[in-house]
Amino acid sequence: MLDGLNLEVPRGQIVSLLGPSGCGKSTLLRVVAGLTPAKHGTVSVHGEDVSQARSRLAFVFQEAALLPWRTVWQNVRLPFEIRNQKSQQTIESALKHCLEIVGFQPNDWHKKPSQLSGGMKMRASIARALITDPEILLLDEPFAALDDMLRSRLNDLLLRIVAESHRTMLFVTHNIGEAVYLSQSIAIMSRGRIAELVEVPFAYPRSSELRSTPEFAAFYGRVSEALYRSER
Amino acid sequence: MAKLDSDRNASAPGAKFAVIVAPIAVFLIVALIWHALVVLFKIPAVILPKPLDVLISMWTQRWELLRASWVTLQAALLGLGASALIGSVIAVLFSQSRWIRTAFYPYVIFLQTVPIVAIAPLLMIWSGPGLRAVVLVSCIISIFPIISNVTSGLLSIDQNHLDLFRMQEASRWQTLVKLRIPSAIPGLVLGLRVSCGLAVIGAIVGELFVSSSGAYDGLGMVMMAKQANLKIADLMGTILASTCLGILLFLAVQFLGSVVLRRWTKDAGFEST
Repeated sequence: MLDGLNLEVPRGQIVSLLGPSGCGKSTLLRVVAGLTPAKHGTVSVHGEDVSQARSRLAFVFQEAALLPWRTVWQNVRLPFEIRNQKSQQTIESALKHCLEIVGFQPNDWHKKPSQLSGGMKMRASIARALITDPEILLLDEPFAALDDMLRSRLNDLLLRIVAESHRTMLFVTHNIGEAVYLSQSIAIMSRGRIAELVEVPFAYPRSSELRSTPEFAAFYGRVSEALYRSER
Repeated sequence: MAKLDSDRNASAPGAKFAVIVAPIAVFLIVALIWHALVVLFKIPAVILPKPLDVLISMWTQRWELLRASWVTLQAALLGLGASALIGSVIAVLFSQSRWIRTAFYPYVIFLQTVPIVAIAPLLMIWSGPGLRAVVLVSCIISIFPIISNVTSGLLSIDQNHLDLFRMQEASRWQTLVKLRIPSAIPGLVLGLRVSCGLAVIGAIVGELFVSSSGAYDGLGMVMMAKQANLKIADLMGTILASTCLGILLFLAVQFLGSVVLRRWTKDAGFEST
């Protein structure tokens, strides 16, 4: 499905993979994560093969993928339980820190996923991804099922996380506005290839006012045209 | 909006009332038709007694029925417990290897299809005519739904959850304990709901064979005794009592199952670390 594809993501940058459904953007993200093996070619993280660097990656799924029998706290703690690396005290402070970053109040920590809204579930999912302090965050259309208001809030949350921690982020989306708002560059994908790599000219920090500027609208139009061109 | 709410509130108790009243109404209608047929065709009591006679016989032999029901219930619960335990272990083994599944699944189907009445005498010979044999029959008859539902729960895991565990480089054991087994709890509850009625049937079938030895006095033995003495009203009363026992066990498992499932996914957790 993917063919002749070459993409370099500089450290600390947000790069979006933008394209219509079925263009291979989620497959590319899964290959990068090592969840889908590539028949040919390599994926490397700072020069190291991805299979050796998996612990430095974290994946945020399209659905929050929280375990329904666990509370938010227990869900976010799960990677620690599996890796079994750190002391109880370190775990507890890391959990509190991550849940605070994503905006969870302490009285929501012990709720189960069925008691949370869609936005809260996604926040918990992001907290779980952050808990192991990954260098690279891979996000597969995490906000696709959320309404615009919530999506915009969570976009700001992601920008804040990246600004504070200088993480690298590979973000899959089919939403042009989201790709433009979040990323430093946008890889426009079509039929398993990267059709065009577009640099986004807006400086960080970005705020939601940017979305209503004529420059944003003009650049949105350019990306939209490029997307349309790639499909012809 | 307020009107809609009030309508809904008004209809909710009505719906609950109907759930209780409708089956009772059906029971009364069937009993009336039964009574009418017996009177109309002058059917002798030794072939078909009147429904009221059956109820009266149930009342007069209530202590005997309660004692026998308690014995049968114990055997059924032991059989159900054994099938839950053994069935879950088999399901875990099935979930770990396609080879094991392919090799052993036909024999699980065999357990489901073998005429238990035919092999019950064999089980009596092998395990002795007592509680053990009755529990064994009850277990064999009720194990299939457990194996089938728990295996299904262990195998049908959300792909995102599996990917989450792969991303954390979880071991096979961790994936089993932290993901597959918890995901299979609803399957186990579903299996228990189907199996509890079968466990009672199995216990009674087992008792029918054990009863001849006189070493056991559950509902099956009471049935055999009433049949031998042609006490048809008493026999039907015993059959009704065994049906009630099955229904009670089903309701109990249904209630406990819903409590477990609610706690499993909805209620807030307790521990914080």
